[in-house]
Amino acid sequence: MYFRQAALAVAMALAAAAAPAAAQTPKPGGILTFAVSAEPPNLDCHAQTSFAFIHPVRPHYSTLLKFDGAKYPEVTGDLAESWTISPDGLTFTFKLRPNVKFHDGSAFTSQDIKATYERLRDPPQGVRSLRAESYQDIAAMETPDPHTVVFRLSRPNASMLANFASPWDCVYSAAKLKEDPRFPERNILGTGPFTFVEHQAGSHWVGKKFDGYFEQGKPYLDGYRAVFMSGAPMVNALAAGQVLAEFRGHSPADRDRLMQTLGDKAQVLESPWVCNLAVNFNTTKKPFDDARVRRALSLAIDRWAGAQALQKIAFVRHVGGVLRPGYDLATPDQELEKLPGFSRDIKASRTEARRLLKEAGHENLSFKLTNRTVAMPYTPVGVFLIDQWRQIGLNVQHEQLETRLYLAAQQRGNPTYDASLDFSCDFMDEPNLQLLKYLSADRSALNYSGYIDRTLDDLYDRQSGELDKGKRASLVREFESHLFQEAPVVPAIWWHRIVVVHKQLKGWNITPSHYVGQELTDVWLDR
Amino acid sequence: MSRYVTQRLLMMIPTLLGVAILVFLMLRLMGGDPVEVMLRGDGANVSQAVIEAERIRLGLDRPIVVQFGKWLGGMMTGDFGVSMWTGNRVSHEIASRLPLSIQVALMATLLAVLIAIPAGTLSALYKDTWIDQLIRVVSIAGLGIPSFWLGMIIILVLLSVFQWHPPVTFTPLFENPRENLSQLIWPALAVGYRYSAVATRMMRSTLLEVLQEDYIRTARAKGVQERLVVLRHALSNAMLPVVTVVGLEFAFLIGGLVVTELRAA
Repeated sequence: MYFRQAALAVAMALAAAAAPAAAQTPKPGGILTFAVSAEPPNLDCHAQTSFAFIHPVRPHYSTLLKFDGAKYPEVTGDLAESWTISPDGLTFTFKLRPNVKFHDGSAFTSQDIKATYERLRDPPQGVRSLRAESYQDIAAMETPDPHTVVFRLSRPNASMLANFASPWDCVYSAAKLKEDPRFPERNILGTGPFTFVEHQAGSHWVGKKFDGYFEQGKPYLDGYRAVFMSGAPMVNALAAGQVLAEFRGHSPADRDRLMQTLGDKAQVLESPWVCNLAVNFNTTKKPFDDARVRRALSLAIDRWAGAQALQKIAFVRHVGGVLRPGYDLATPDQELEKLPGFSRDIKASRTEARRLLKEAGHENLSFKLTNRTVAMPYTPVGVFLIDQWRQIGLNVQHEQLETRLYLAAQQRGNPTYDASLDFSCDFMDEPNLQLLKYLSADRSALNYSGYIDRTLDDLYDRQSGELDKGKRASLVREFESHLFQEAPVVPAIWWHRIVVVHKQLKGWNITPSHYVGQELTDVWLDR
Repeated sequence: MSRYVTQRLLMMIPTLLGVAILVFLMLRLMGGDPVEVMLRGDGANVSQAVIEAERIRLGLDRPIVVQFGKWLGGMMTGDFGVSMWTGNRVSHEIASRLPLSIQVALMATLLAVLIAIPAGTLSALYKDTWIDQLIRVVSIAGLGIPSFWLGMIIILVLLSVFQWHPPVTFTPLFENPRENLSQLIWPALAVGYRYSAVATRMMRSTLLEVLQEDYIRTARAKGVQERLVVLRHALSNAMLPVVTVVGLEFAFLIGGLVVTELRAA
């Protein structure tokens, strides 16, 4: 407990170290060069899932709301100036900013919001909207005037306001969508702080300050250049000062190397991360169809000791349940420790694990842990888990597969794996997102375990429509408790985000999500 | 001669067809679903309906024979199709990256030839002396060291010793030759070293062979200066296999440079 509090205190202190930057007067001008460790596949926000898209492309667009980087998870207006929610939670009314222009000079109106959300909710033929399900509760959209938009929901949805701040929901021009619904796949036309200049495949992406941006005096930067590079070359470029940041995150080893080289020219920003690793059990296969076996395997994992050891070599650090530790609705440590697999008394847990395995007739179980070939953080965590299971006398083989084969082994309908190390990364803390993966296989595309559990489905639906925070938290606890008893999927460890930035980069705040806070509107260079 | 060329060209058809079938089948039989990787590779919760719709859009729901026929038909007419990942024409994807690969390959070839011919010649002329031993050790090391690793080491040395790092974004040669060369010389050096090792060893062994030939002995017997024997008679004949190796390596580089470019760029 002491260690965890200390770790959080350090993280907060590190984040606080960045705070004085906000107090300084921003200096306009300069080009920010930063690294992105992959390349955006195409240009349509609604069809993307990768940070490699968000980091270079997000600064071209605005969204209805956005997350406040300095006060995450608070949301603030982006294109919306203000908003109201009816007491029953069914009507959201947004007042939009006047005098907003697209980069081609055309005026932005409520019609653009309507067209964007219609495309997100019901994509036309040939258009991909990967988050269409998040908007199925929107029954109607009305535009009483050019600067007002009203969303009417069919049922209360506790996550709807945060959904409107999704960085993936770039607002497009209604006129362009009318001409061609696939226009955003090939063209960048937003109302964001930067206009598109060029994309050199395999090399870089360039944005230029939009002089007609709706926030007076912003953005501060004249432009930005996202350079596509990863691994050692990226760390070298950061060390040489050729890029000032890589916003996704570094391993502890890279952090230490960079700080050793850069000294007081750089600072480390750290935060818990809305990403976790979980263990899937293939419940369609014996003996993993037996809840006793699954629970025993979860009980054998010393998560608390693992977190302390693993954080030295990998970007994982936090022990948590189904929600990110530190998030408002997450189960506090004292309660978490009472759940199976989370006790600090690992000796007692392992005694219980052995008993359960004996009772199930699988004391000397041998199986394979299927993992990705991605070293960080999958390999160290996979090795750690195997060691934990070895300590109760099990023989586990580590099978590391390239992503395509890794996903194929967990293929729905015909999964071949025994247990797998699964991962999830969401753009915000929200039970509606984080709990989805634990729903029954016929409801969740992320359920690779193949189980059907209507209790979990029911609890999910109830918490999703519950607008009272306290009641929602209770439902989430109930969900978690049931899940850990059945243990078809169990969280292993939560990630920890480490970002090293050159000190001259100001106005950027680390958040638990590497998808939000990348508009670069408030970023400036202290040169 | 024309009959021979025609025969060889005709034989290329079944070879290319065989390679096409093999490559196509290997990718399909490897297992896994590219759409799953594309949409769920980052852990996103994408519904099964979206996955299915994407498979249909990309034609992956069709029988494998139909997919192969469509792909082969396209290839034969110069249509490489559309990238599943970016949505752009594959020809566009290749064309946008090819100039850089060609430039690095040309620079690596130039470096390799400039190193290999004198080094291989010296090695052959001073056979079994310390010069020969040194050149052989250096060239064997060149064969053993992976280019992508050497690329990283070069960058690390530049950074830690000279506190200098090559430019991180690509600048076309004709836009700013100095910046372009200061970036691409390093991957060219990393690749050129291995390339020169292959050519040096070939140069040495063929020159040694040629130097044993009767006409060389005759030239020496006639009193021709040793410099002329080597430069005019031996080198010109020893170069033939070296030129072949250089040509083959160049073709290999065009296909395989991407790894070194990524690691060293």
